Amino acid sequence: MKSEPLVYEMSSPGRCGVDMPASDVPETELPKDLLRSNLGLPELSQLDVVRHYLHLSQLNYSIDGGFYPLGSCTMKYNPKINEDVARLPGFAATHPLQDPMTVQGNLAIMFHLQEWLKEIGGFAGVGLQPAAGAHGEFTGILIMRKYHLDRGDLKRNVILIPDSAHGTNPASTAMSGLVVKQLPSDSRGNIDLAALRRACDDSVVGLMLTNPNTLGLFEEHLEEVVNLVHACGGLMYGDGANMNALVGVVRPGDLGFDVLHYNLHKTFSTPHGGGGPGSGPVGVRADLVDFLPGPIVEAVFPDDGDDTPMYVLTQPLRSIGRMKSFNGNFGMFVRAYTYIRVHGPDGLLANTEHAVLNANYIRVKLRDKYPVPYDRICMHEFVCQGKFEGSDVRALDVSKRLMDYGIHPPTNYFPLIVPEALMIEPTETESQETIDEFIEVMRKIADEAVKEPELLHGAPHHAPVKRLDEVKAARDLVLCCMPAEFAEKAMA
Amino acid sequence: MNIPTDLKYARTDEWIRVKGGEAEAGLTDYAQGHLSDIVYVELPEVGAEFKSATSFGSIESVKAASDLNMPAGGTITAVNESLSDAPEVVNSDPYGKGWIIKFTLSDPSEVAGLMDAAAYQKYCDERG
Amino acid sequence: MTYIPHTEANRKAMLEAIGVKSLEELFPAVPEKYKFPELNLPPALSEMETWWEMQGLSEANADVNHYACFLGAGAYNHYVPHTVDYVLRRGEFYTAYTPYQPEISQGTLQAMFEYQSMICQLTGMDVSNASHYDGATSLAEGVLMAMNSARGNRKKIVMSPAVHPQYRQVVRTYTQGMNVAIAGDDNLKNDVADLLKLLDKDTACLVIQNPNFLGQIENVKGVAEVVHAVGALLIVVTDPISLGLFTPPGEYGADIVAAEGQSLGIPLSYGGPYLGILATKNAYVRKIAGRLIGETIDGDGKRGYVLTLSTREQHIRREKATSNICTNQGLLALAAAVYLATVGKCGLAQVAQLCWHKSHYAAKEIGKLKGYKVISDKPFFKEFVVKLPRPVADVNEFLLNESDIIGGYDLGEDYPHLKNHMLIAVTETNNKQEIDDLVTGLKDAAEQL
Repeated sequence: MKSEPLVYEMSSPGRCGVDMPASDVPETELPKDLLRSNLGLPELSQLDVVRHYLHLSQLNYSIDGGFYPLGSCTMKYNPKINEDVARLPGFAATHPLQDPMTVQGNLAIMFHLQEWLKEIGGFAGVGLQPAAGAHGEFTGILIMRKYHLDRGDLKRNVILIPDSAHGTNPASTAMSGLVVKQLPSDSRGNIDLAALRRACDDSVVGLMLTNPNTLGLFEEHLEEVVNLVHACGGLMYGDGANMNALVGVVRPGDLGFDVLHYNLHKTFSTPHGGGGPGSGPVGVRADLVDFLPGPIVEAVFPDDGDDTPMYVLTQPLRSIGRMKSFNGNFGMFVRAYTYIRVHGPDGLLANTEHAVLNANYIRVKLRDKYPVPYDRICMHEFVCQGKFEGSDVRALDVSKRLMDYGIHPPTNYFPLIVPEALMIEPTETESQETIDEFIEVMRKIADEAVKEPELLHGAPHHAPVKRLDEVKAARDLVLCCMPAEFAEKAMA
Repeated sequence: MNIPTDLKYARTDEWIRVKGGEAEAGLTDYAQGHLSDIVYVELPEVGAEFKSATSFGSIESVKAASDLNMPAGGTITAVNESLSDAPEVVNSDPYGKGWIIKFTLSDPSEVAGLMDAAAYQKYCDERG
Repeated sequence: MTYIPHTEANRKAMLEAIGVKSLEELFPAVPEKYKFPELNLPPALSEMETWWEMQGLSEANADVNHYACFLGAGAYNHYVPHTVDYVLRRGEFYTAYTPYQPEISQGTLQAMFEYQSMICQLTGMDVSNASHYDGATSLAEGVLMAMNSARGNRKKIVMSPAVHPQYRQVVRTYTQGMNVAIAGDDNLKNDVADLLKLLDKDTACLVIQNPNFLGQIENVKGVAEVVHAVGALLIVVTDPISLGLFTPPGEYGADIVAAEGQSLGIPLSYGGPYLGILATKNAYVRKIAGRLIGETIDGDGKRGYVLTLSTREQHIRREKATSNICTNQGLLALAAAVYLATVGKCGLAQVAQLCWHKSHYAAKEIGKLKGYKVISDKPFFKEFVVKLPRPVADVNEFLLNESDIIGGYDLGEDYPHLKNHMLIAVTETNNKQEIDDLVTGLKDAAEQL
């Protein structure tokens, strides 16, 4: 396949993709001593721009293009109505600092989304501000930290984290100035209770738990875990990355979680965007509501008995502070609101059930070819291993070979506790036909791994590029371009 | 796996070569093999002082990174600048051209507490 | 409705294969007493009914397409060329994940590499990451970078009071567990020269904004030299549109640049999703937060792109990572890239010039009004401060009701000494008629309130 040139390589002096109007006001002289001498931006016609990005888009794999069973990422269908709704001028063309009275529609969406997320998660309060899952974790940990400090308990500085956790958990802990204590998993993929018991003391701020965990397994001793953590004065933090396995089935708040972040870009179908944006609202139990980052939307009912509320922005009393500018990733709130509205409670439950159905179906159909180290009924995803008797083929090779069959690979090498991990999450929006095809391809690849290992080592054979040299990328760092010929043109 | 018998070894996989009060240290063959293609070595400043078993820098491959720890306490007298351009030398010649730091020992008796080649061999075998 | 494709036959066959009788049996580990709660949520709507409801909600807002907008303060109503949303709406971009599998993600990777390149050119820096959440969080990460570069040995941050108030709040939120002292913005009248006196050997960085929150262009001559002399880093918050005209921070010695990229082709969208720009010098590349895309070759020697220096990141380095960020604002970085490629070298300069001319025209006309005073002790770019004869809230209410104008930002809350002062933003989207209407509205407000 032909390479697409870089935008700078397509540049020709004098071209412009859009014209700006002439100034319709009397001009004011520019301050010459403050001006820059050169601006190294490319110069393209509008059609150049359109073709360039269209060509680039064709080099991407996407949910709209095919099956994307990427574990822990919840690559479900992104409904098209969401995109149109978010672009309605009433939403897209409102300024975040407008008088609340002029944006009652926006505030109504935020208020109801807060309420619905509270109901879905079993929490007393929800703050929508965090911009992503990791940002929500950071928020939640700061809330737990401040909760202890505000009650005069100054010595707690440890966050307990299972070894199967996402890397964001320890990283968010470190950013909060706290110390990570790692907990091992037992033979069934649960937290090792004996280790937890030893770790629970008066230094514990809280335990961060992904449930179901990154093996796709629901914690079997959850009640004991919660009791141990609460008994030592710690709080339970829920990493909501895997809420797609729980919505409508059980509420984390009921299970004893005190704080949880939601990933609107996973569970509530807002698109992943090739890396972002996300949205990571945080839910908390009643006595933590005052610590949420502001602003929060509240409904005020007028005294005259009118049942139309007025929505206002308020700051929680003991807030940890602002996590980002303005009101959070509002465009994602509109999409998530639309998603919940289209589904209703029954639809949301059905989504969860079918996500779990699809995952278990694949698990039982693949486990004789791909060992499943913790083989019991899983939730919305499961982890198997890409290793084969008498073959040096590895999980990465399986993944690259899947590309040749037009399927996106599962997550590789995570969680870290399973060697050669392949983490498979089909989501509820995939049909049995799609899943059967995936199963057939995976079984075929397992056979190839033994009979024709070279085929896998050399894969992908049919992708836009062959395997890329990551060592070269890291050793000979090239992080931006400005080709010499363009630099010369720009100087002229 | 190469484990020269004239060197001493730390549990964090650094080797040390002592000549009088001066020492040289680097990463072992075992560790470079586990990291695979090394892409970057973060070096300390000459003159910096570190206690035994504290981090003086770090070393990275594409998929992993690990701290480099002092096998014994001391003051840095030289760093291997050539690793900035060619970190892969730690892979190809870990005990020779791939040396990382030279330093003066603050307490030469600390070296005695490190593993010899036989003990380090056993320690590597245990970890697989 | 749902988007589930399963038929009754599918469900039966799949349950049978698993060896359970019903969907309910798929949750054996969930405690019975909490299983299947009744969720008090509104019942499902059809797609058409949902569309109506959402349209109704959107129409309950006053938007800047129907009102003239002079509100800025960190979010601006700039024109977005139609190429931007054409590209953003391609499913190949917006329904893809983070490009962890480079062989089938070259589109996202190359587009992000080009984004990094254009941001480096715009800011005059060596390295840009592939986006952060927004301008405020970029700044907070920049501050953490500066602290990490000093290996935690410097515990003081000097920050200008003319940095966006919300950004300063976010820096405080981010650093609350880190035992740092923030100086400089305790006196809201401190200017850059005052801040330089606060620098010492314990200072990790000086943070300034240029143009600052009040729209003023700071005198940055010699600032970097003073900052570097004490071994600290200079962090500059900037407005990318201003860089279409003015000297970029890289040229006056910035070590880290943080900016809100919303102006580059991203709708106001009531505050997000926006784009955090974070750029630095080569010397700090291993300390930067977030993803970086690097150039390399594939097995056939063909040019290609991959995520690189991942060992800085949380999924490898865990608690020792430079930041916890995972999901970023990739699609918004794509928007900025398409915007910059479309307007190009000439277009960005034109946009900046239009903002300059129109804001100065507005300031001149408002300055002629009785009772109004434009604060003009420093040059300004697209925003300026006006002292009003009446409280800002009253004037804004009058403008909205009488003239369909969304007025400027009330500075009194963040800067008590600027009570009754309004920050007015004028961009290329404000035509002369709108500006003249604003002037008339302000005149009427002074007379009628």
